[in-house]
Amino acid sequence: MSETRSISLTVNGRAVAADVEVRLTLADFLRQNLRLTGTHLGCEHGVCGACTILLDGRSARSCLMLAVQANGHAITTVEGLAPNAEQMHPLQIAFQEQHALQCGFCTPGMLTTLTELLRDNPDPSAAQVREAISGNLCRCTGYNSIVDATLQAAKKLREGVPG
Amino acid sequence: MSAAGMNAGGSKAGSLIGKSMPRLEDKALLRGTARFIDDINLPGMLHVAFLRSGFAHARIERIDCAAARALPGVHAVLTLDDLKPLLTTPYLVVALPSPHFKLDLHRPALADGEVRHVGEPIAAVVADSRYIAEDALALIEVDYDPLPAVADCRAALQPGADLSHADQPHNLVAELRTEFGDIEQAFAKAAHISRADLWVHRGGGHSMECRGDVAIYDDVQDHLTLYSSTQAPHAAMQQLAKILGRPETGLRVITPDVGGGFGPKLIFYPEDVVVSCAALLLKRPVKWVEDRRENFIATTQERDQYWSMEIAVDDQARILGLRGEMLHDHGAYTARGLNVAYGSAHTVVMPYEVPAYDLNIKLAVTNKVPVTPVRGAGQPQGAFAMERLLDVVAQEMGLDRAEVRRRNLVRAEDMPRSKPIVTRGGIDVVLDSGDLPAAQADVLRAADWDGFKARQRAALAEGRYIGLGLANFVEATGRGPFEPATVRVDITGRISVMTGAAAMGQSTKSMLAQLVADQLGVSMQQIEAITGDTARIALGIGGFNSRQTVMAGSSAHLAAKAIREKMIKIVGHRFNAVEEELAVADGRVFVANDPERGMSFGEIAQAVAGLPGYVLPPGVSAGLEATEYFTQDAMAYTNGAAVAEVEVDVETGDVRVHRLILSHDCGQQINPMIVDGQLMGGIAHGLGNALFERMGFDDQAQPVTTNYGEYLLVGAGEMPEVSLLHRSSPTPLNPLGLKGVGEAGVIPTPAAIASAIEDALSPFGVRICQAPIAPQEILSLIEAARQNADANPAPLAAGMR
Amino acid sequence: MKPPPFAYHAPSSLNEALQLLGRLENARVLAGGQSLMPMLNMRFAQPDHVVDINGITDLAYIRREGMMLEIGALTRQRDIEFSPLIAEACPLLREAILQVGHRQTRNRGTLGGSLCHLDPAAEMAAVAAIYGAELVIAGPQGQRTAAFAEFALDYMTTCLAPEEMLVAVRYPLWPAESGYCFIEYARRHGDFAIVSAGVLLRADASGRISQASLALGGVGAVPLKLDAIAAELIGKAGSPAVFATMAEACGDIDAMEDALITATYRRQLAKTLLRRALETAYARATGQPLPRHAQHRAA
Repeated sequence: MSETRSISLTVNGRAVAADVEVRLTLADFLRQNLRLTGTHLGCEHGVCGACTILLDGRSARSCLMLAVQANGHAITTVEGLAPNAEQMHPLQIAFQEQHALQCGFCTPGMLTTLTELLRDNPDPSAAQVREAISGNLCRCTGYNSIVDATLQAAKKLREGVPG
Repeated sequence: MSAAGMNAGGSKAGSLIGKSMPRLEDKALLRGTARFIDDINLPGMLHVAFLRSGFAHARIERIDCAAARALPGVHAVLTLDDLKPLLTTPYLVVALPSPHFKLDLHRPALADGEVRHVGEPIAAVVADSRYIAEDALALIEVDYDPLPAVADCRAALQPGADLSHADQPHNLVAELRTEFGDIEQAFAKAAHISRADLWVHRGGGHSMECRGDVAIYDDVQDHLTLYSSTQAPHAAMQQLAKILGRPETGLRVITPDVGGGFGPKLIFYPEDVVVSCAALLLKRPVKWVEDRRENFIATTQERDQYWSMEIAVDDQARILGLRGEMLHDHGAYTARGLNVAYGSAHTVVMPYEVPAYDLNIKLAVTNKVPVTPVRGAGQPQGAFAMERLLDVVAQEMGLDRAEVRRRNLVRAEDMPRSKPIVTRGGIDVVLDSGDLPAAQADVLRAADWDGFKARQRAALAEGRYIGLGLANFVEATGRGPFEPATVRVDITGRISVMTGAAAMGQSTKSMLAQLVADQLGVSMQQIEAITGDTARIALGIGGFNSRQTVMAGSSAHLAAKAIREKMIKIVGHRFNAVEEELAVADGRVFVANDPERGMSFGEIAQAVAGLPGYVLPPGVSAGLEATEYFTQDAMAYTNGAAVAEVEVDVETGDVRVHRLILSHDCGQQINPMIVDGQLMGGIAHGLGNALFERMGFDDQAQPVTTNYGEYLLVGAGEMPEVSLLHRSSPTPLNPLGLKGVGEAGVIPTPAAIASAIEDALSPFGVRICQAPIAPQEILSLIEAARQNADANPAPLAAGMR
Repeated sequence: MKPPPFAYHAPSSLNEALQLLGRLENARVLAGGQSLMPMLNMRFAQPDHVVDINGITDLAYIRREGMMLEIGALTRQRDIEFSPLIAEACPLLREAILQVGHRQTRNRGTLGGSLCHLDPAAEMAAVAAIYGAELVIAGPQGQRTAAFAEFALDYMTTCLAPEEMLVAVRYPLWPAESGYCFIEYARRHGDFAIVSAGVLLRADASGRISQASLALGGVGAVPLKLDAIAAELIGKAGSPAVFATMAEACGDIDAMEDALITATYRRQLAKTLLRRALETAYARATGQPLPRHAQHRAA
């Protein structure tokens, strides 16, 4: 058993405190300790992007961080994107409408990554969307529907339409 | 079909077919509340990590697990000897039957004293966490005696080759021959003969979710449940029954949400057995989730084939015959069968009129990961072979590539067109519908094929090398014999559809719900679709071969129709109305012009649920449930054509695909949005096979691409603009005219891209004979062509357009 | 793929970190984690101690003093990407950083981490070579500096002693009118380059090159500085023919070969990319339109 530390952080707006093994990855902490299993592990070497979360609003691979490193930070996972149990985020709605997901395994990482993009760049070009998700692998969709969905969501967000 | 559906106020059956409806699966996936295999967490659950061979071929002299077993947190370290008391046989006997096998190459559940590929599991650690299990792996001592490894299927069949299995007499797993017509005469009377030597390389399925199992043993009921990310849960259950010697009633296999299949997950794996045994031995829930490094060396792969082909044509470039040899890398074990090679052989001749064919196939065993279907299952290689050959014919005869194809495609007026071949199951191959020349014409028009030469010349004047490539294809879909579906309405009026089909991300639940909703006049959201659970339906075959919409969809459609008709009969009797007077809508069946007179689905279900001492309505059986085993032996053949436009940077060898156009015909579409999604995924995979995906091995069969920095999947930046064009020629084989679509996109894409690269490089006279082709290989080809031109200027001039 | 056991240390000051590094055996510094964490997950790295320096926030800064740009080692790659100061003063660095990984990796990855990991294809290493950057290294005896050429010893090997840490990088700036170009060829956007080429150059009013610095990444164990070619460029008026001739000299460089990429291909890329980088940098230095290859994909 390697050493443990106490950490406290905010996850999807909720304060969380836990004792964690220092070698535990942030992804495993979210998935196993907090049971936020929407964050997926597709490669565990930082290439596929499925485990992307937002760390203080910035996208990051949660497989490439230790849980202890999240101490004092704010994490947003896919479970934290929708405003409530009834409504979904405009990106989520657009993903459904544009069939931008099939098996859905890469989807959480896509959504977190694109949330950051649309916050920083509310009116991206298709090329900018492709660049933003160039670190997110998807085997099902061929990506073009994801680009379309993102542009649709960006438009909705600019217009202030909830969805 | 009951005319009741035509009544005003009621739903018209068929009105949902062909509509792009939102999927049932999406909400949970988008919110992160879906449940994949690794999301299953149970009290007391233990975690497995596998020790895997680092050698491609070695004898195992000794395994010492003592130190690993002593590590705190470790509950067991299992080798084959530890499993044997639980097994009827140490081997996974999974091969599809064939008289052509020359060797039995069954995989052991764990290494049986000899390891035959890097990644083969040797021992399993069961521990409190995956972290501890991996700590313990380092403490297992294995003494290996390395043996010569066979890294290449060509070397495998050379005289005196090293043996891939030390206990087998040779490396030839099987030899197959597909022949028809008079091949000697075809070549004797040929006006022209073209040749090509081709290579299609190995890649993987690469679902973003790796494999995984969670096994739960209930010792009160002596019952084992295996959650598995499999594409074929019933097959897994049957295999477990055989190898564990347990009755099927003592087993249940369930697929949770599955993060992509693409073929390799249809296989029954050693890990499935080991995890099940661990749960039986330890009486605790046990989980194993494959990590990506394991996925590269332990999950089955496909595509390695070498083709040496000749084509004979008459003076009008009409095909007279095709002959040649194909060498297929079978990998280290028989994890499925000879099916991939069959698929390749047949695909060659499907879209075209080929009077004579003689293809000899050798399947060689190598010390590499076993080969089983990956999306396309041999068909991309077959298409690659045929389409590359036709390009050679066009070039050598000075004809337009599209024109050569047009002259040889099976014509619409000749449908149904019987092919002189039979499937591996012995069933006649018949193209029953479709218009292949029209599909080709569609893509040519969309690509401005005729106007491209001018664009190409203009680009060349700027130093840009652009090219167009074309490929036709026919995909064998809907493999039989059946995939059952049960539709049930319970006394609360809730509707469920249960099937042996397995969902792996391709929208199976939505497909089933859409078909059932169509018949029952409700929204899709009112239907619960249950897939991949052996406790819910007795038989099932699973998801592969683009078969589930065709087979399970047809069964669900028929079962829902039977329920609809039964409900109409019950309500008609109750209200003394004839069928034509009744309507089905909003979860009720009622008299159309007097809606008060009717019953809800729940009331109808109650009426046939049986009340003690009361009779059922006359002529009606008990229960509001119907199970259909729609049976379709022949395959449904989807067809289409693809054009790729590329630009080659002749200084870096870089290939940019600017545009892909795909025309396809999968008969009646149920949900066009989902059809497009399937095509797009296949196209992206095909682009990977054409340019990026290469599972490399060195000469000792050590894999050299074991992470996503080395093995390149197509990313968003590589994906071009894609235009999808649709035709619909329903097959008469099933009630809705359905053909499969899951693998269509991957089949023509590598061939079309290779053709386009060749076209772009036509000023150099370069030939593309392999997939994938890497930039450095393109530069080598250009360099070789330049040197050839320097030595012999004429061919270069001939290559110029 | 889970990290092995280790002891974890999170110093909040440079001194504390240096004390830890001085006293701990088999310790690894964890900065952005974009290289070390995969190696931990794969257990290629098995340190007894991990010293996480992310809490030493005063190592993250970008500042300019005259013609010297200094960037703290813990500065995130994304902060370099979005720094107006760097865009203005050091556009070569900005052009290069856009080709480093992806948004998610640049958000965490640090300048110092990239330089200390010293992947042969690392863009940050090539840029440091081109500028002749000076690396500020802290150790138990205080600070020392090393030229990049002294820092980058060999394949993924720096001159850092186990008890030392890279704390800052100083780039001697070139005048604003200098031409620059950083291009690379990778199979996909965001991949490690197979080969990269970077150029800084200045031209006088008549278009003659007055100063040049060139380097290739990905061909050798460390970035390959092309000083001989740079010297030969001085006094020449730039033209496609001149640049082609100069780039041709890369044809016999000693290039790496691995299981996937041949040395021959690396040399071919080196020639092409260097020529293109020279053309683009020269066009920028002289205010001419960019060549066609610079207008769409970099390579």
